Amino acid sequence: MSNQKEITEPSYLEYKGKYKGVFSWILSTDHKRIALLYLFSILSFFVIGATLGLLMKFELIAPGKTIMDAQTYNAFFTLHGIIMIFAVVIPGLPAVFGNFLLPIMIGAKDVAFPRLNLFSWYLYVAGVSLVIVSQFAGDGPPDTGWTFYAPYSFRTAGTMLPAVFGAFVLGFSSILTGLNFLVTMHRMRAPGMTWLKMPLFPWTLYATGWVQLLATPIIGITLLMIVAERTLHIGFFDPSLGGDPLLYQHLFWTYSHPAVYIMILPAMGAISEIITTFSHKTIFGYKFMVASVLAIAFVGYFVWGHHMFTSGMSGTALYTFSLLTFLVAVPSSIKVFNWISTMHQGSIDLQTPFYWAMAFIFVFMIGGFSGLVLGSLAANVHLHNTHYVVAHFHFIVFGGTGFAFFGAVHYWYPKITGKMYDTKWANIGLVLFFVGFITLYGPMFYLGFKGMPRRYFDYDEVFHAGNIISTMGSWILYSGLGIIIINLFSSLKGGVKAPADPWGGKTLEWTIPSPPPVENFDEIPLITKGPYDYK
Amino acid sequence: MAAETHRDDLASKTGMWLFLFTEMLFFAGLFVVYSVYRFRNPEAFHLAAKELSVPIGTINTIILLISSTTIAMSITALQKKNKKFALLLIGITIFLGIAFLVNKYFEWGEHIKEHIYPGSPVLALRGQGDVLFYGLYFFMTGLHALHIIIGLVFIGFIAAKIVKNKIDSENFVLLENSGLYWHLVDLIWIFLFPLFYLIT
Amino acid sequence: MENEKNHIIPYRTFLLVLICLISLTLISVSVTQISLGTLTVAIALLIAVIKSSFVLRVFMHLKFENKIFSFAVIAVFLIIALVIFITLLDYLYR
Repeated sequence: MSNQKEITEPSYLEYKGKYKGVFSWILSTDHKRIALLYLFSILSFFVIGATLGLLMKFELIAPGKTIMDAQTYNAFFTLHGIIMIFAVVIPGLPAVFGNFLLPIMIGAKDVAFPRLNLFSWYLYVAGVSLVIVSQFAGDGPPDTGWTFYAPYSFRTAGTMLPAVFGAFVLGFSSILTGLNFLVTMHRMRAPGMTWLKMPLFPWTLYATGWVQLLATPIIGITLLMIVAERTLHIGFFDPSLGGDPLLYQHLFWTYSHPAVYIMILPAMGAISEIITTFSHKTIFGYKFMVASVLAIAFVGYFVWGHHMFTSGMSGTALYTFSLLTFLVAVPSSIKVFNWISTMHQGSIDLQTPFYWAMAFIFVFMIGGFSGLVLGSLAANVHLHNTHYVVAHFHFIVFGGTGFAFFGAVHYWYPKITGKMYDTKWANIGLVLFFVGFITLYGPMFYLGFKGMPRRYFDYDEVFHAGNIISTMGSWILYSGLGIIIINLFSSLKGGVKAPADPWGGKTLEWTIPSPPPVENFDEIPLITKGPYDYK
Repeated sequence: MAAETHRDDLASKTGMWLFLFTEMLFFAGLFVVYSVYRFRNPEAFHLAAKELSVPIGTINTIILLISSTTIAMSITALQKKNKKFALLLIGITIFLGIAFLVNKYFEWGEHIKEHIYPGSPVLALRGQGDVLFYGLYFFMTGLHALHIIIGLVFIGFIAAKIVKNKIDSENFVLLENSGLYWHLVDLIWIFLFPLFYLIT
Repeated sequence: MENEKNHIIPYRTFLLVLICLISLTLISVSVTQISLGTLTVAIALLIAVIKSSFVLRVFMHLKFENKIFSFAVIAVFLIIALVIFITLLDYLYR
């Protein structure tokens, strides 16, 4: 039946509506087009951020000045952080794959508030534009790090206000996306799709939506307080006026820690989808997976102090945060165990997305274990602000969210584009990327443990060898990335046409054409089975 | 170009509640700052609070409470198809909101005349506790006043829609939503009032 | 569609609630004129909480909505309280 409709109904890519050309994209309220608008923007900023990283690593290939001076290096790592955190990994999976897949996976025709969805993308563009302005206007780009710590952030001559406002606006974009997804899942699930029949990727978007909603406003108000410090000298974080700089850190991390769960939860959801499909087996422990996701979101709200162990907090605060940090690792471990158990005795189909998922589990575990090391109070004294921390968060955020993002791209590429990518080049790219990744970030654990500080453009000669290896890793990684992206783009033209269900997946997106028609479903389906009904 | 949607009032209301949660968390950050600095400067906060005018604060509190009542009643009026009364009640709400802002203007004016405002050297000389108290006072009541303005604009838009019969007894979720926003603004003040005026 | 349209709150209810709210406001003002130390603040905040529950349950309609809305509102307040509490764990014990 759907074959006949496929011939008559145009896909969302071909659809001709009220607007023409580029306007049919930037004025579209179709969740699928908005997803691609985000993909285009986010990918562009990822490349910019990655290039900044490449240049930073080149500076660090030798002690002393290599290609830039200290002030420039500070501006580089600030911009690298702001772009990667606020413009890439926080919106990343929700804005691209959440927007494209969520309505389809729950059997809906769009999100609850399509115009608000488009507005969220406009806010994203406005936010990143403001950040870019801060690079070129005023007395020089921001040099505080993406963390904008007080008191330096209100004393530095760098152009802080546009950057801070940019982050504020990006936060709004995130809040509205979360709000939209929450209402969508509450109100628009297909008949018969009870909460416990919803697939895991939507579940992670649900938990993420609550974090976006309830955590982001805190950084919003904190950024406004920085503006008030800079412009009005209000005194909240200024020691000379009675303020406490540590209070800034409390407020900042009260958002920025839950933010990492915004980054990782949808990533875990995508991994669950990939693993079930390529194991041709239902997820092991569905209810525990759902409970873990909610637990991570909830407990993760209360661990922020582990970014501040050496800053002067009270002993009570120290051990409270350390204990809660260890607690939040438990549901993550449950998920890893359940993924492996899903694969066990499954009928494994070795495809590119599955390789990404396996690479994800490997790097995520390393990132996670190193997080436990950092969460231990005594070890933290030695490791705080060293390259060990840099290694940890790159393994868990770049490795976690990044690998899951590429896995998701290759998994849902046929559905989104209607084409198959070249598998050989996709895998070559992946291998180079993975080897480069380990070579780049692996040595940082050692360097940090040996005492190399982070955010310094210079270092002692004793760290030289490790840095050479690391920088070479960045070249390998970057080439792998290049191959992956070029392959994805060239397959748009030259790729083989993709069927509705190239992988044998069981979730709803695989029941509609590739690429989907504008309204996703001819008829809203009636759900009678669980999401991973493999027999 | 989106799929055609049928009206879902519950979705609209749910969305508004979720947005209210973000506003609550937004102000929560300031309540965190208040808690910390109140704890560290109890005497200074106590003394500074005495300089605020309890009568004006009380009047403003009552003004907002009445305005919440009138906008809640306007929903009943609209449901009873009493369009004129609904618009009258909304008009009173807007009037009271503006009255609140006018009071605030005079209150702030008094302080600024005595050189008490964020960044003022006179304030800095009074001591750190005072700087923090007044910093919080101006920031929190200022942010609150901004939300009153936003609320009034929102309610104004809704009133216009009622006049044009785009909102009526069969379709009034937008009026409810604007009411919810206004009640939140009232709720925030219900906490701001004792924390700044009554801790004497 | 919803039972919303059938449920109309009478004007009287709102006016009665207003009288309660104004009374509570005046009580909190007079109580705080008597200095009872920390108890004064506690009473003022308790009255604020009672006023809030009137506004939430009647004006904001929570009493008549699906219980899940009330649950969510309480949860948000709890999260805020927890954040304040945990932050104070730092300052209290420095």
